[in-house]
Amino acid sequence: MDYPIDYRYSREHEWVRLENGTATVGITHHAQEQLGDVVFVELPSVGSKLEAEGAFGAVESVKAVSDIYAPISGDVIAVNEALMDAPELINSDPHGEGWLVKLTVFDRSEIQRLLNADQYTKYVAAESDE
Amino acid sequence: MIDFGGWEMPVEYTGIVAEHRAVRTGVGLFDVSHMGEIEIHGPQAVDLIDSLCCNRAASLRDGQAQYTGLLNSQGGFVDDLLVHRINSEHFFLCVNASNQDSDYAWIRDNNPFEAAVALTSTDYAQIAIQGPRALSVASGLTKLDLVSMRYYWFGRGEFCGVPAIVARTGYTGEDGFEVYVPSSEAEGVWRAILAKGGKDGILPCGLGARNTLRLEAAMSLYGHEIDAHTTPYEAGLGWIVKLRKPAFRGREALARQKAEGITRKVVGFQMRGRGIARDGYRVLIEGKEVGQVTSASPAPSLGANIGLCILPIEYSNPGGRIDIEIRGRPVVAETIPIPFYKRKN
Repeated sequence: MDYPIDYRYSREHEWVRLENGTATVGITHHAQEQLGDVVFVELPSVGSKLEAEGAFGAVESVKAVSDIYAPISGDVIAVNEALMDAPELINSDPHGEGWLVKLTVFDRSEIQRLLNADQYTKYVAAESDE
Repeated sequence: MIDFGGWEMPVEYTGIVAEHRAVRTGVGLFDVSHMGEIEIHGPQAVDLIDSLCCNRAASLRDGQAQYTGLLNSQGGFVDDLLVHRINSEHFFLCVNASNQDSDYAWIRDNNPFEAAVALTSTDYAQIAIQGPRALSVASGLTKLDLVSMRYYWFGRGEFCGVPAIVARTGYTGEDGFEVYVPSSEAEGVWRAILAKGGKDGILPCGLGARNTLRLEAAMSLYGHEIDAHTTPYEAGLGWIVKLRKPAFRGREALARQKAEGITRKVVGFQMRGRGIARDGYRVLIEGKEVGQVTSASPAPSLGANIGLCILPIEYSNPGGRIDIEIRGRPVVAETIPIPFYKRKN
């Protein structure tokens, strides 16, 4: 899997894409692969405040429920409503149509602390070897 | 791969949903070699079993199997198991992997009879072929007459060219067979069944599908619906209790419970609000905890989120409103009849 080079990645397997002061957040290809068929997504409401590393929702497959953690802090300005009816978008297009929330960002240094694509690819490989 | 009672087992091969559907509409293959086997030999083998299990092993004929409970003095489950009568002096027990050592010790230590007890789990691999196409696949691999074999009967003979016990039993709610072969032959048998089942679309199935299939059929799982503190009556398994047979372990407690009535019961529910219940979640009524979810999951055949829970008897009727606490919030569910899924024929 080639992870997009303009994204940043958390060790909890979320990604962030920064565009014009808005950060889009989703879970990685590796995360969806570990979960299997996603059947349910629980997201925060627009206007809620996320804190970096805090749980802000859940993604569920048939086999398991997985908390999702905010890779950075920010205010939720949009949630992906399409996932309510089509949670499988997380499996089919985790880095695109399967996005979870959009945030306004106050602290760009939090993004700099995340992994880049190369680092994340190595991180996943190392984790799989365990 | 996950660790399951010391066994490395796959949760899924191609995906839980695909595997689940294969078993409901075609055929699936399960490596359940982790299950334990205990064999009892001797002229009083049946007396030993009937003194410790609540169903009536004495009513079995050669080649017949029975689901039963190995009970403690309080009427709770030491384990649930299948008893196969090979002949009047040889019984073959299939028990849960995680309980096999305690089962063996329990039977051995409560054996005043002329009967020898042996734990033979490592001798056997168990492979389950399950689904409406299981008969067509399995019958091409043996000379045993599987077509006329009835549910909960078994035969002994060659299967894929190796000595086997082939039983028409299962843990999926579908027709199918559980095949016991020498453990050294397991891989060859597994590959032969997969090859034979190719044209029927056979899929290898992991623990994930095994769980969703048995949950839809509302079959109990030890450590979830049943344990040392749950009786067959509470688990909805009253049909395996034969109070009229001679004394057996747990009989007094069960007779008393039957006379007084149970105070709690395993109940099925379906989520009505948005949310998926999971094992261990709390069940609330008007904000007060009344019970716990024992098993729950999305149900691939039903397109619904279902579960089993233990509730006080006053809340156990179908059609009742309960809440399941999901990540701190109550989500509406309704108690419904079980099994959730029943095969058509």
